[in-house]
Amino acid sequence: MAQGKRCRLSDMKPGDQFLIEKVDVPDPMLKRRLLDLGFVPGGEVEVGQRSPLGDPTAYRICGTTIALRKEESDYIYGEKIHHD
Amino acid sequence: MTDMTYTIALMGNPNTGKSTLFNVLTGLRQHTGNWPGKTVTHAEGECRHRGTLYRIVDLPGTYSLYSNSADEEVARDFLLFQRPDVTVVVVDATALERNLNLALQVLEMTNRVIVAINLMDEAKKKGIHINTKKLAAKLGVPVVPISARNREGIDALLDTVDAMAHGRINTNPLSIRYSPEIERGIAKLLPFVKEVMGDTYPARWIALRLLDGDTSLLQALKQPPQPLIKEGNAYACCGSIKSI
Repeated sequence: MAQGKRCRLSDMKPGDQFLIEKVDVPDPMLKRRLLDLGFVPGGEVEVGQRSPLGDPTAYRICGTTIALRKEESDYIYGEKIHHD
Repeated sequence: MTDMTYTIALMGNPNTGKSTLFNVLTGLRQHTGNWPGKTVTHAEGECRHRGTLYRIVDLPGTYSLYSNSADEEVARDFLLFQRPDVTVVVVDATALERNLNLALQVLEMTNRVIVAINLMDEAKKKGIHINTKKLAAKLGVPVVPISARNREGIDALLDTVDAMAHGRINTNPLSIRYSPEIERGIAKLLPFVKEVMGDTYPARWIALRLLDGDTSLLQALKQPPQPLIKEGNAYACCGSIKSI
């Protein structure tokens, strides 16, 4: 049901839960890097604090907090999820 | 026994307790602070177990070996050029999913691997149960549960290291099958890689990196890497690979 709701990880706000659908990066090295850090399709991300200047943002994935810049999180697509 | 020394490398994600394990094994009290890039190059110490002397090398914590950072290059080059007798991949029992990514990458480079599942006490608290036998069967290498900070499982780990160093353990590392297209590429490259490099390096792994277009690896193979240790004899192999 989520097709219409697809958005970028960079659009999320602190506290949001995000389900990764696609990691679509033009630079293969960066893609490899993001996948190795745990940003893989099917992965759940919890959006943490944003730095005072708005970039980078901390993300919690696979039990570790990883900070990404906007130009990196822009390439991670998926949807916002709600745990009720 | 003879006075043969074996080299044991400790590898793993950041914050899996490699340095704690290193200190437990070597009796050293090195910096166990926790900040990014703490183990900058590597720390070295010695450990004696059942009459054999081991040189323990604590490598920087990395999520991957695909040379996106200096830390990863140090870890990768150590595996590739120093070829430790046993590589202990330290994984976090509470985040296996994340940690096994690196373990699989190490298994592609060497078959002399032991997976040490650390922080078992932490996992127990969180109600995580790990079937180490099943994991060992799937990975094709020994899996030893430990808790480095409580010194639990250390003897079992050292016994496994001992058995592997002396050739008493045969492993059958899980080999990732890639898409048919990539496997065809590997099959095409393999004979050439073997011709140029001989048996010194893991040929399938090198073929994969070539397909990846990993230029940093090519740089490392062309130039003798920074002498990490044993300056005298460690790089005798560099002459034969100039032609790549």
